[in-house]
Amino acid sequence: MTDQRSQADIVRRSLKKRYRKEKRFRAYGVLAVSIALGALVILFADIIGKGWTGFIKTTITLEVMLDGDSMYLDDPTDADQRAMADFSAPIIAALQKQLPEVLEAGELRQLNRLVGSYGSNDIRDLLRAQPELLNTSQTLTFLASDAVSVYVKHSDNPSYSIRLSEQQQHWVDQLLAKGVIETKFNNVFFTSGDSREPSNAGILGALVGSLLTLIVTLAIAFPVGVAAAIYLEEFAPQNKFTDFIEVNINNLAAVPSIIFGLLGLAVIINTFGMPRSVPVVGGLVLALMTLPTIIISSRAAIKSVPPSIREAAEGIGASKMQVVLHHVLPLAMPGMLTGSIIGMAQALGETAPLLLIGMVAFIVDVPDGFFSAATVLPVQIYLWASSAEQGFIELASAGIMILLTFLISMNALAIWLRKRLERRW
Amino acid sequence: MKLKAAFASVALAGSIAAVSTPAMARDTISIVGSSTVYPFATVVAERFGRNTDFPTPRMESTGSGGGLSIFCQGIGTQHPDITNSSRPIKKSEFDLCKSNGVEDIVEVRIGSDGIVIAQSAQNEALDLNLEQIFLALAKEVPDPSGAEKLVPNPYNKWSDISSDLPDVAIAVMGPPPTSGTRDAFVEIAMEGGCSVYPFIKAMPRNDFRATCRSIREDGPFIDAGENDNLIVQRLSRDTGTYGIFGYSYLAENRNVIQAVTVDGVEPTPETVGSDEYPVARSLFFYVKKAHVGVVPGIQEYIAEFTSEAAWGDNGYMVDVGLIPMPRANRMEVAKRVKELTPMTAADFK
Repeated sequence: MTDQRSQADIVRRSLKKRYRKEKRFRAYGVLAVSIALGALVILFADIIGKGWTGFIKTTITLEVMLDGDSMYLDDPTDADQRAMADFSAPIIAALQKQLPEVLEAGELRQLNRLVGSYGSNDIRDLLRAQPELLNTSQTLTFLASDAVSVYVKHSDNPSYSIRLSEQQQHWVDQLLAKGVIETKFNNVFFTSGDSREPSNAGILGALVGSLLTLIVTLAIAFPVGVAAAIYLEEFAPQNKFTDFIEVNINNLAAVPSIIFGLLGLAVIINTFGMPRSVPVVGGLVLALMTLPTIIISSRAAIKSVPPSIREAAEGIGASKMQVVLHHVLPLAMPGMLTGSIIGMAQALGETAPLLLIGMVAFIVDVPDGFFSAATVLPVQIYLWASSAEQGFIELASAGIMILLTFLISMNALAIWLRKRLERRW
Repeated sequence: MKLKAAFASVALAGSIAAVSTPAMARDTISIVGSSTVYPFATVVAERFGRNTDFPTPRMESTGSGGGLSIFCQGIGTQHPDITNSSRPIKKSEFDLCKSNGVEDIVEVRIGSDGIVIAQSAQNEALDLNLEQIFLALAKEVPDPSGAEKLVPNPYNKWSDISSDLPDVAIAVMGPPPTSGTRDAFVEIAMEGGCSVYPFIKAMPRNDFRATCRSIREDGPFIDAGENDNLIVQRLSRDTGTYGIFGYSYLAENRNVIQAVTVDGVEPTPETVGSDEYPVARSLFFYVKKAHVGVVPGIQEYIAEFTSEAAWGDNGYMVDVGLIPMPRANRMEVAKRVKELTPMTAADFK
């Protein structure tokens, strides 16, 4: 009796300690989750804080008199005349009308610096497309130069340096007050390729490049990966040789990605003579890289199909191929798709293997096919982040937001597909 | 059913990829090479693309050495047409080109770039001479006791070198060995500082080079990779650190960093262009003559690059930090380039 009571006593006394231990254990878990969440919040806050201004552009809207005499142009359809014409003259004249105190030639040049470098190209392209507009007055909107844009958006931020002279700042303040200089939603960012002028630079080229590259990757890696997994899981005999293959596939999944780039350079470009910097080569290299991931996850998905389903199918006389195609594959598909999309997401963020095959490059034109020069989203972000011009800082962060959106939508697609195709048994 | 649709769409994507035949005849100029020339050349390329009907050339930043080695792989549209370089081509690279069938190479000198040693804008102004730079960064230096022999670099603080330098540990961030900036820095600054010592100067040429061009690996020199923005960010935060990079990065970031004067000269466009500032180098690009006429637009691209509007005293490359050559030199280079005069072995003395 006394013994039992003392035992209960011991248990009761240690109970408090056990509860405390459990509470502590839970607290560690909460702490771990909050560290992870905190890091994520800091990351997002930093990127969004730096990058939201990338979605804003600074424009100058002017009433421009397209005066043929001042441009030395009387026939805009003549290429030789266009080459010799001065398309910046009408812009300077229009700015001067807004700021009547500017008279000297040196000051006029300073004035011209307010408009982005390609303002005169806009006028040329307009006249080329619509020659009848010569000698008419048009209201045109130009992109402001990088220096003006930084001044308008970041004049109160000490980490940006203002490269406008006092005089220019005074002009910009005046034009802002008049509503000639405005800030608007940056549609250029979504409709153009890269540029060395931050206000003209856009993400579309890289976005299309990433899409084309991923299409090639998926088209190669998915069928090959699934076929390899089905063969290895359903048909291959169990022997030393298939063990050897399995070990090698697992090893391949751990090979650093730059190695695949070297392979691409040596085999695809140097041996087969494929061109550099094109999505086909990039897609091939990334397909090799994602193949092991797809094979491994597809095999796991096939393994998780219960044997009772195979046996039932065989029991009613289905052939091996019918069992696989009609029963195993549909049930394993959600798992295979999830694995593939994770592999694709990994490929989307990869830059190292692309460095060697020339996709880390300055490419202005938006790619129009699998064989035109292209770059991809993470490369574009890297190129902007390493540029000297200040306007690219915000573009790099804005680019990261686009990349993350792309990634999240791919993951959402994976979840949706899994939910749709999933069958319970 | 769903499965069939999934397979069909994948197969369709596959056949699209297979059907578009390799466009082996390339119509876009392909350029590789120096990360220092890249910011200038990309501006020219973009202008060229916007102002002509040719597609915009594509440009990879591979470093001068990397660019020349890709460039010299051979003739044919899978190889690049032009490589940028922040140093002249070496005899060994010229020979590599020759052995791969790249016979005629046209050299185009485009202007100069100063290499600056920079520090945080909050620091006091500092002046270094080439000898001090050499003593701070070389792997082996002359014995501080005055004996004519080399010892592993004993200096850990700037004040160890000279008492009027700051009393802080030497920490200099600089470019990696593959970079043209590094090549030019060791060649001009380190060798210049090294030549002050008669006994090193008297060494055989190869030993002299090996001694003068070796940068210490015991910590004070920090390899910062090809990303010069990283160095700028670090300098703005860390007042004890110095950084080595091209002039254009200084021009863009004047509010956070300032230049260290070298031999009392501050790097400005004027002092670099007139060679008064000692650490300046010339920038080049090299054109494969065999590709001219095969890939459309090469000659027009060269013409745009060598136009006054681009590389002149008020040209648009000046806005991004290029330091132009004197007009007489520009005219001479432009004339030679127009005739596409290739380099010969005699150009390497």
